[in-house]
Amino acid sequence: MRIKVKPFAMARSIVGQSELEIDLPEGATVKDAFDLISARFPKLSQIKSMQFSVNLEYSNPAATLHDGDELALIPPVSGG
Amino acid sequence: MVRVTDKPITPQIMWEMISAIQTDRDGAVVTFLGVVRGISNGRKVVRLEYEAYAEMAERELEKIVEEIRERWGAKTAILHRVGNLKVGEASLFIAVSSPHRSEAFQGCRYAIERIKESVPIWKKEIYEDGEKWM
Repeated sequence: MRIKVKPFAMARSIVGQSELEIDLPEGATVKDAFDLISARFPKLSQIKSMQFSVNLEYSNPAATLHDGDELALIPPVSGG
Repeated sequence: MVRVTDKPITPQIMWEMISAIQTDRDGAVVTFLGVVRGISNGRKVVRLEYEAYAEMAERELEKIVEEIRERWGAKTAILHRVGNLKVGEASLFIAVSSPHRSEAFQGCRYAIERIKESVPIWKKEIYEDGEKWM
């Protein structure tokens, strides 16, 4: 299955682009996706307290992904 | 009423946001304006760059508006600016309207604290000699 990944802020700076697509086996989780991306961009794992969202809702690393999902990498937020 | 925008926060827009939530039953409107500070941890800030996951940020802001409605029965408008902001410019406007002031003050304080906790918006500070994601 194919997942769209959107890294934000510091994560986007590390990845160098605002969107990428990855292929994962059926049943893969958010953590599986992050491990795959971190293998390509090792500095990502240095971001403390990274959170994830799937299709615009905060998600658990153990959540299962589905084909076409949009996964966002959300470093600690700093709005206001 | 919530919005993430790359346009400057003007008095005109602030009044429009207030008008959208204020009713004849209300006796208090509390507002908060977040502005760009020129000094951060002793370093001189040249400007800020705000980035948002806009679609999700608006959803999260809607949740905060709903929480304030449930807890205090107050109506809330939130406007967050993104893009490049100079020192002194407004990055965030919150207005909370309710029949009495106590609920409006509490709701407004709650809104800003919740925004800093869960809304996917980030700022990068640009200094004369570097930059840093906050």
